[in-house]
Formats: sequence, C-alpha cells, structure tokens
Amino acid sequence: MTPLSPQMMLSKGLKRKREEEEEEKEALAVDAWWLDPSHPAVAQAPPAVASSSLFDLSVLKLRHSLRQSEPDLRHLVLVVNTLRRIQASMAPAAALPPVPSPPAAPGVADPLLASSDAALSASMASLLEDLSHIEGLSQAPQPLADEGPPGRPTGGAPPGLGALDLLGPATGCLLDDGLEGLFEDIDTSMYDSELWAPTSEGLKPGPEGGPGKEEAPELDEAELDYLMDVLVGTQALERPPGPGR
Amino acid sequence: MRFSGAADCESSCADIISTVEFNYSGDLLATGDKGGRVVIFQREQELHVSLQNKSRPHSRGEYNVYSTFQSHEPEFDYLKSLEIEEKINKIRWLPQQNAAHFLLSTNDKTIKLWKISERDKRAEGYNLKDEDGRLRDPFRITALRVPVLKPMDLMVEASPRRVFANAHTYHVNSISVNSDHETYLSADDLRINLWHLEITDRSFNIVDIKPANMEELTEVITAAEFHPRQCNVFVYSSSKGTVRLCDMRSSALCDRHSKFFEEPEDPSSRSFFSEIISSISDVKFSHSGRYMMTRDYLSVKVWDLNMESRPVETHQVHEYLRSKLCSLYENDCIFDKFECCWNGSDSAIMTGSYNNFFRMFDRNTRRDVTLEASRENSKPRASLKPRKTGVGYPCGVHDASAFSEKTSLCVLEGTAQKASSISVNQGSVGDEVRVVGAQTEESLGSSIFVAAIAQEQ
Repeated sequence: MTPLSPQMMLSKGLKRKREEEEEEKEALAVDAWWLDPSHPAVAQAPPAVASSSLFDLSVLKLRHSLRQSEPDLRHLVLVVNTLRRIQASMAPAAALPPVPSPPAAPGVADPLLASSDAALSASMASLLEDLSHIEGLSQAPQPLADEGPPGRPTGGAPPGLGALDLLGPATGCLLDDGLEGLFEDIDTSMYDSELWAPTSEGLKPGPEGGPGKEEAPELDEAELDYLMDVLVGTQALERPPGPGR
Repeated sequence: MRFSGAADCESSCADIISTVEFNYSGDLLATGDKGGRVVIFQREQELHVSLQNKSRPHSRGEYNVYSTFQSHEPEFDYLKSLEIEEKINKIRWLPQQNAAHFLLSTNDKTIKLWKISERDKRAEGYNLKDEDGRLRDPFRITALRVPVLKPMDLMVEASPRRVFANAHTYHVNSISVNSDHETYLSADDLRINLWHLEITDRSFNIVDIKPANMEELTEVITAAEFHPRQCNVFVYSSSKGTVRLCDMRSSALCDRHSKFFEEPEDPSSRSFFSEIISSISDVKFSHSGRYMMTRDYLSVKVWDLNMESRPVETHQVHEYLRSKLCSLYENDCIFDKFECCWNGSDSAIMTGSYNNFFRMFDRNTRRDVTLEASRENSKPRASLKPRKTGVGYPCGVHDASAFSEKTSLCVLEGTAQKASSISVNQGSVGDEVRVVGAQTEESLGSSIFVAAIAQEQ
C-alpha cells in the first residue's frame, strides 16, 4: 500500500472554507516537532501536555465553526471536546484566573471553583468577544459593537493563554474602582441564548441572542452586582447598587 | 464502462456524487449528487446465459443510464435566513413489491419518496379521441372498438409520491427503511424520527439527545439503521464512538438504550485526537442481523450484537495515518467520513480510503486487499489491479467494468480526489462482490465505475 507522503499530509490544500484562516494559521508558530520521526516523544504516545499552538489551532477552528450560519454540530462538538482535553492538560501550567459563574447557573455559591464547564464557558465568552477585537478578521454576521473597557488592546489574541485572559490586560489592577470595569467586557448575552442551536432556536453565531451590546451592561447591572458580591465573599450588598463607584 | 457527467467546469461542482446505493437485486444503481439530481443506472440484461456455468452465475456488470430526475432543489428558509442545500445525502431503496421501483432520497431537511416506473406500451384506438389526441365528434362515431396496447420505446418516468418535510431542525445524516416495509427512520444530529411511508404530515420522535442547555452538548448522532429482521430494533452511532441499540417496544421515546456498544480506549494510543478518530461515520447491520459493523476514522469494527464490551473483529484501514493525526487535524481531514458495507453473504466487508483506494476484508480467510479506483488504470472490461499489501493476499478480480467512490476527500496537490462511500450489491451470489464508487475530479466532472470482484477459491 502506498502511504501518503508527509509532504501531502502537511499540505494546507484547498480543503474547506477556511481561506481566511490560512494567513492566521501560518502566522502561528505551529510546532511540527511531533512529526519529526527522530524525536523520542513521537515514537511513543503523544505527550500529555499540548503545545500552545495546538490550543490556538483548536480555538481558531472553534471560532470558525461558530461563525457559520448553520454550524456543523459534529465538527463543533468534536473541536470543543478536543479543546477541553487540551485545556485540561494545560491547566497546571496555566494560572486560570477565578472565573465568575454565568448568571444563568443558579445555586453556584463558589465560583472560585473553576469548574471546567465554567472555565470553558468563560473562555468561550472571551473567544466570541475576542472576535470583535481581532483586526483583519472578517466580520461576524452580527455586528459586535465596540465594547470593553477603553484602552483594551486590539489586535490578535496573544498566543497561549491570551484567550483565557478574561480580566483583560488593560485594567491591570483588580481592586481599583475599575472593578465595575472588570465585568464590562463580559458578554453575558451569550448565556441568555443557546450557544449552538441553529437560528430557529434563537441563536445566531456570536453573542447576539440578547439585546445589543451597548445595552447589556445596564440590563445586567443587578446580575453583575451579585457576581461581584459573591466574588468578594459577601452575600449582602454593602455598597449601593448602581453604576459608578 | 465509464459514465461521465457534464464536463463543463461550471457544472462540475453540482455533478459531484454524494451518495450511491444499489437496490436489493443489484439490477439498479442510484446515485445522488450535489446538485440534487438522482441518476439511476440499470445493469445490462444478460444476453448470454451460460448453461454450463449455472452453478456460478456472474454477469458482466455493465450498467447503463436508466433514469435521471431532479430530486431536490435548493430552498431558502426565510425564517432563519439560510439556504438549504439540495445535495442528496442518502438514497435508500424500498423492497420491490410490483413492477415499479421506489426509493427514498433526502437532503439536509426533506425526505422524498420517488416512484420509478417503466412505460413501454401505449394504447391505440381510443373511441373518443383520435391518434393526435383531439376529441372526436361523437356524432361521427359509428362503431366502438377496444383500444389496443402497442409497444413503444421504453420510457422511464420518475414521480414524487411523498414529501416528508419539516421534521428536522438539524441536518439529516441517515435514513433507513424498516423490515416491515411500512415505516422508516430519519436521523439528524440530535434526533431520530419514525415515519410511516403513507403519512407525510406526521412523524414520531423516537430519539432525542438534545440537552436542555445547548452548552452541555458533547455528543451528536452520526448514523442510524433499522435491524434487517426485527422491525422494532434499530441502532444509532455517535461522535464519541458509541453505538446504542434501541427497542421501540420498550417505550415511545427511546432515550434509554437496550444495549450500549463501546470499546474501551487503548491507553497506549491515547492522544488529544482520540475522540475525533473514534467518531463513528457509518454503522451497518449484517444481512443476517447477527452482526453490525462500524467505521471510525482509522478502522472498521465488526460487533456481535450479543457482546457490547468490544468488537469481535477490528480491521485497520489506513493505519499509516495514525502518526499524522496532528496534520490531519490541522487540515480538517481528520473529520472526513467514510462508509462501509457488507457483501451479500456477509463474508466480506468493504470500506473506502484516500487516494482512490478502497479496502476489502475477507472475514473467513482473514485476507485483505486494497483496490484502486483510477481513471487511468481502468479500462472498460479490464481487471482492477489489486494493490498487493504486505499482509493480505489479493483476491482475484475479474470483470471489472468500472467502479465509483463518493464523498469525503483528501486534498493533494490542488486536486480533489474522492475517497469512498460504498454500496455493495445486495444481490451478489455466493462470494461475488460488486463494488461501486464514484470518482470526481473538479475539472473533469464525475465518473462512475462499476466493478465485479470475485474471490479466488
């Protein structure tokens, strides 16, 4: 049997509707060490920890899949599950910031237990939100308004853990009065709609399901307050609710 | 014999064959393409019946175009602002009950029942109209006559008899006719519906794996099939490499399976891609109903329905790809889907691979053979050249007319070459195996090859 030559297998090819991703992928430093037959790890089972480029690749695939008007569900769940595996293997090395549970999940008293679902949901939220920040990416079908705290850098997501950097690099300090600002860039409308259902079930790709982005912070004010309080460990509201502290 | 579709570059995309299926006798071969068209081929009637060789009948296997019709048209769903592709995903024949042939064809959303009938006679000598069809003046009629049937050139007509629509939110990946010949199932990513062939405005949902919260979705349905003999039993496969067998007598909604087939993961070959390559792309019962076969990315497995813990046979299709999984993930080839099939006597199984290869495994002799569907190498009536493998002993091949492959592709050097989805002639006798696949090249339109393969004694 004639095996396929490694050259063929590495060819990016014309496959699939991914032309716009090609430049991005080529910009990633794709480690090809797993293809090197002389590499000791290749001879046996693959390593337990994925390189960050495999993570980035999976994130790109997930983005692309979500962006379809009618996502291929099989492709989507397979990529998500693979991403979860990769994420899990990277977890010890990755200092995942504490993640607030989505407001749609009642009864979660301790969001500091970064369950993989919560972490994934949060990273998904930031992924979808990142879509609006990455320059040069073709527009998602739903216009994602400019949101997020001012000064948040635009441009491609930094490699590796950048997509998980939920708190955003711009704010820097957790405890200044930009605490409110910490949550400004969380798109909670994602949790108001079904993520992967076709549009008949109320979703289009991107966090469109609820009201427009501009309105979201105001509408979810109470929920944000609740989250904040839970995060800092208090049940009762010690500060008056309302914007601007 | 090779049949070429339109050679125009503009229509070559629509000519890509997306599904093939033999009928029960093997006399008819239906192909569906990306443009929503169905083309049916008919085996040439055997002119030379060899009386001496009655014990080993084998036909020459030449197929000619029998009927062509447009099964599905592209639709636009205004509510969701989405175009529904006309591409035919699956075709399934109904068992023949009279002179006409019936088949089900489906795109992503709508299943249609088509009747294909022959007309080779016409009536002459009507009383009330003359030969041109004009009505005759009744006062002119002086005598009555009985119309006479006269032969005419064969006309094959296809007419849609039923349209089963609006029952699937997601993309239909399978249809399967029940052994009761009255019902059939259709499966999409998350649900399976049961239909009665006579009733189009109602279907019963028998499997629903949609989670309450779509964020919890981790698994989809990839294929489903009815048991060939027990009309209450069906199986469905998943993207996680599992197969569930359900009995419709147990409850109306078959969310609880009767049997659960899953092979434990081999820890030594574990990788980040383990789940993707375990995703089952096709499941087929054996004709006997005792076994079923599953196709995942690298292998085909034969399961005994009485043993859920592991398959009784595992055949590697293209093991050399295992070390390339990361590249295959990168270029999306790892998501490709292949089909598989049994021969008439369940003694051999067959599946497709890349590079126009397809693989056949003889379950009795444990031999395997690799064959190539190649436009260059296949001449009419020439033998398919088996590729000698290191392990298997090639089966004898004769009477190869042509064969075709369908679906799924590996992109090599800018040319799309089809790997295979295969239908095996259900009517093959003894150890004869017929293979059908369709090869498509973007620039040259599509070709169909039909081959007959007999195994050496």
